[in-house]
Amino acid sequence: MAVYITTPSPALPPPSTSVGVLGWMRKNLFSSFANSILTLIGVYLLFLIIPPTINWALFQADWVGTSREACSGEGACWVFVTVRFQQFMFGFYPPSEYWRVVVAFSLVGFLIAWLLIEETPKKGLVGIFTIFCYPVIAYLLFYGGALGLPVVETHKWGGLMLTLILATIGMFCALPIGIVLALGRRSTMPIAKSLSVVFIEFWRGVPLITVLFMSSVMLPIFMPEELQIDKLLRALIGIVFFQSAYMAEVVRGGLQAIPKGQYEAAEALGLSYWKCTFFIILPQALKLVIPGIVNTFIALFKDTTLVLIIGLFDLLAVVQSAFADAKWIGYSVEGYVFVAGIYWISCFSMSRYSQYLERKLHTGHAR
Amino acid sequence: MRKITWSIVAVVVALFISAGIAQASTKDEVQKRGYLQCGVSTGLPGFSNPDEKGHWTGLDVDVCKAIAAATLGDATKIKYVPLNAKERFTALQSGEIDALVRGTTWTLTRDSSLGLNFTGVNYYDGQGFLVSKKMGVKSALELDGAAVCIQGGTTTELNLADYFKENKMEYKPVVFDTHDATAKAFDNGRCDVLTSDQSQLYGLRTHLTKPEDAVVLPEVISKEPLGPVVRQGDDAWFNIVKWTLNAMIEAEEMGVTQANVDEMKNSNNPGVRRLLGLDGIGGKGLGLNDDWAYQIIKQVGNYGEAFERNVGMSSPLKIERGLNALWSKGGIMYAPPLR
Repeated sequence: MAVYITTPSPALPPPSTSVGVLGWMRKNLFSSFANSILTLIGVYLLFLIIPPTINWALFQADWVGTSREACSGEGACWVFVTVRFQQFMFGFYPPSEYWRVVVAFSLVGFLIAWLLIEETPKKGLVGIFTIFCYPVIAYLLFYGGALGLPVVETHKWGGLMLTLILATIGMFCALPIGIVLALGRRSTMPIAKSLSVVFIEFWRGVPLITVLFMSSVMLPIFMPEELQIDKLLRALIGIVFFQSAYMAEVVRGGLQAIPKGQYEAAEALGLSYWKCTFFIILPQALKLVIPGIVNTFIALFKDTTLVLIIGLFDLLAVVQSAFADAKWIGYSVEGYVFVAGIYWISCFSMSRYSQYLERKLHTGHAR
Repeated sequence: MRKITWSIVAVVVALFISAGIAQASTKDEVQKRGYLQCGVSTGLPGFSNPDEKGHWTGLDVDVCKAIAAATLGDATKIKYVPLNAKERFTALQSGEIDALVRGTTWTLTRDSSLGLNFTGVNYYDGQGFLVSKKMGVKSALELDGAAVCIQGGTTTELNLADYFKENKMEYKPVVFDTHDATAKAFDNGRCDVLTSDQSQLYGLRTHLTKPEDAVVLPEVISKEPLGPVVRQGDDAWFNIVKWTLNAMIEAEEMGVTQANVDEMKNSNNPGVRRLLGLDGIGGKGLGLNDDWAYQIIKQVGNYGEAFERNVGMSSPLKIERGLNALWSKGGIMYAPPLR
């Protein structure tokens, strides 16, 4: 009599060469002879580069001390950075007033975190406070001149503080101006349209360096001597105009991607132009162009270093001026690595946040 | 009606023009403002650079301090405006700064066509050569066939070509972008010779792996007199800046230093008494207090002290006085008499 086994026999484990670490390596690193060779070459190159770099930057590096004698010369001399750390952060801001900068940045950090984290209540109120009250508070803290705070003139601002000021003001102003310009360019009103087009094409057509040079070198010649506009303010206006032109084109890309049906549906509901724009069109358009907006922000953050050519001491410029100290000649590599590190961390965090935002707002338009 | 409009326009234009001509003098403006606006470099070792605490130091910066001490009686009342090579002249022309002390070479073109005046020379620089001792070279004329490290796009490059052509020698240029890269290449032996302004060569030498193995050759192949610059057309201010520097040099010649200036007030030497404003014209000609030169010496020091402190033997640069020694000690630093 035949025996029938009705239950299926248990599945065998897959061959050990196709799962786990081994399987992954076989599939991704050693799938063919040529790939194996390339993998080996790659590993060898990494071996050549990474251990000496880590040795230089960490194990053989000198961290403590106050003068160049503290550096053995085998690895990196981070003493150069630690000795001037405060200058790299605050420029020539008077040390007794550092707390003002720290308070101002902590406050904006807190406000932005409040607005970005989902669970917090009363976002509307905080948003209005951030947009209308915070700039006044920040101006008072940074510049002073009221409430018993001594005035700190802008030529003393520098270092990371100046970089952040330029970047945040640039971003906060460029986005709204850019949206208005983008709407203007798509408008049917001839004057609004042509003004926007001229503005955008003018500022997009000149390099940022030219704008900064114009603001620092040419503008003072045209203006009477009594009317001196602050150099930082001149540069800032140039940066804002320049970036808002780019921002306008990014936003316009989003506006054009909205199907015509959306406009028609809004009109059929009897919504006015502004209601249609703010409640139907812009929320969808801006969501589409988050990568573009963040891209512009990151570019702006890095472009702020260009102000060093007009003698403003942003992070890079203040580090470069430290190379000129006769006591510390020859430590440029450490300085540049430090600056690169700060820029990379900042830009990478912006990029990660934008990816998080895209996932959160993902509502099925992505393919 | 049209006539009236036109005459109003004419009056307004005339007002603007006369406002342009009748500017307040720079001295009055500085004294009213309470601080001096001084243009310096964004970082030149020994001449102007911020130290760890953010205070500006250097030989050029000391001239700024001296001007402030003479005009305002306080060497700390200065707003330093860091400028790069391109915007330095505009900053002065537009009135953003009162004086430019930024290692600027005095040339005919700059003096005559930019609306500026050079007030003197606070450092005589010139292009030189740094060679490794192993070469056994004593003079630049023995450098035939050498590989020369040089910073591209500078007048140094042109001076070098001229010099070798003139002396019928061959050389192999090894061009780099920055000072730092040039020095590193020399250190690694990619070239036998490094050429740059002498004041920079000494600085570069200090951070070679073995500074004692390199020497600066005696030849100087170009003239680079560096000095303070002011706007043309304000002769009173021009005089003040010019005589500030002269007073520093004169003080060194008379042996008046920051430390002994108060003792020197009791000196019988008529030259010293005139310098310190106890006898003679004092500050009347310049429109300053009689003790203007005393304030310079008391707060900044004489030229020799400023030199030693910033670029000389007590600084990391260790530059010899050379041309910048007093005329009585083999150099060409010479101040007209203060009398």
